[in-house]
Amino acid sequence: DPEFSAQTVWMLAVRDRRDRAAFEALFDDFAPRLKGFMMRGGMGAAQAEEIVQEVMLTVWRKASMYDPARAQVAAWIYQIARNRQIDVIRKERRPVPEDIGGFPDPEPDGGQVLAVEQEAGALKEALARLKPAQREVIEKAYMGELTHQEISDQTGLPLGTIKSRIRLGLERLRHELKDMR
Amino acid sequence: MTAIAHPTPDALLAAYATGSLPQHYALVMATQVSLSDDARATYEAHQAVGGSLMANGRGEAVSDGLKQNVLALLDAPVHEKPRQVRKGPLPGPVMEALNGAEPRWSPLGMGIRQCIIGADRHGSVRLLSIPPGQAVPDHGHNGMELTLVLQGSFSDETGRYGVGDLEIADADLEHTPIADPGETCICLAATDAPLRFSALLPRLLQRVFRI
Ligand SMILES: [Zn+2]
Ligand SMILES: [Zn+2]
Repeated sequence: DPEFSAQTVWMLAVRDRRDRAAFEALFDDFAPRLKGFMMRGGMGAAQAEEIVQEVMLTVWRKASMYDPARAQVAAWIYQIARNRQIDVIRKERRPVPEDIGGFPDPEPDGGQVLAVEQEAGALKEALARLKPAQREVIEKAYMGELTHQEISDQTGLPLGTIKSRIRLGLERLRHELKDMR
Repeated sequence: MTAIAHPTPDALLAAYATGSLPQHYALVMATQVSLSDDARATYEAHQAVGGSLMANGRGEAVSDGLKQNVLALLDAPVHEKPRQVRKGPLPGPVMEALNGAEPRWSPLGMGIRQCIIGADRHGSVRLLSIPPGQAVPDHGHNGMELTLVLQGSFSDETGRYGVGDLEIADADLEHTPIADPGETCICLAATDAPLRFSALLPRLLQRVFRI
């Protein structure tokens, strides 16, 4: 679908066709940003690259779990990266939730995918409008550098309407799952 | 969608998504996200924020060989331990923490049983099994206590908690949770400091049972 973002199209090509050229495009797009993100979080360049390597391999191996109706590629990769980073830093396996059950719809609801992308666009703008100091605090929070209490004190985490969107997506998924039983 | 009686604070799910919660609390939150669509929606919303920050931040050029390394490994066999799945009332993350084994229950008196899943200087996480109608002795907290219902329900001074509901108790709360009639109530509870029980006998029990 030409209306989807390039990242989503690449990711679906990887998921559905094991398309290596699309994977390379994903790598070129995300690897430097992942590395930058890890390094801003205090990691050295070599360790950051180790994580980038593992994260990108996980993207390839777990591609079948990717659901564009629930998450943007960046959001999905972010969580893989944070989990891996924590495992490395704390040397313990981080508890992760159960998968939602079943594989994502091979023919995703285009409207839902676009809704997720629109929300991500709105989120990007909201983040861009922040004052640099504010953005820095939020980035710290999402790099795991703030405690639960410190996050509680930061009232302005920019969630906005994305929550209701994702909730709608889950609602739809739940109905689908019910129909499958 | 039905309204949730005890919405989990955003900051707690943010702290879990961003990886700043200690391990014991993280287990409770991973389990809640597995049980509650509402918790999952909030958790995934935080992933969206994290993803946006990561994808729109400044990049760092990667070394020349990195991409070739990754491409060369795409078809390498992976030996990954399969993740444990739900067993009865115990969701996947709990079974994972138990390494797939049945919980080893030990009696706490009055029909209440516990199984300590993890305990260290940061606190503990345990399963509690409370017979219908039974009260957990009146107690306060030194730190934050997270109690997630996995089966049945309980009620206390702050309301009623069913499967997937999370009670957050801090130092200000003295409470006496009572399992509701019907099913045995099974909870997953994490603390970051030992509980202090009000009655003398339970205080002795506390030392014996590491509550
Ligand atoms: Zn409440
Ligand atoms: Zn309590």
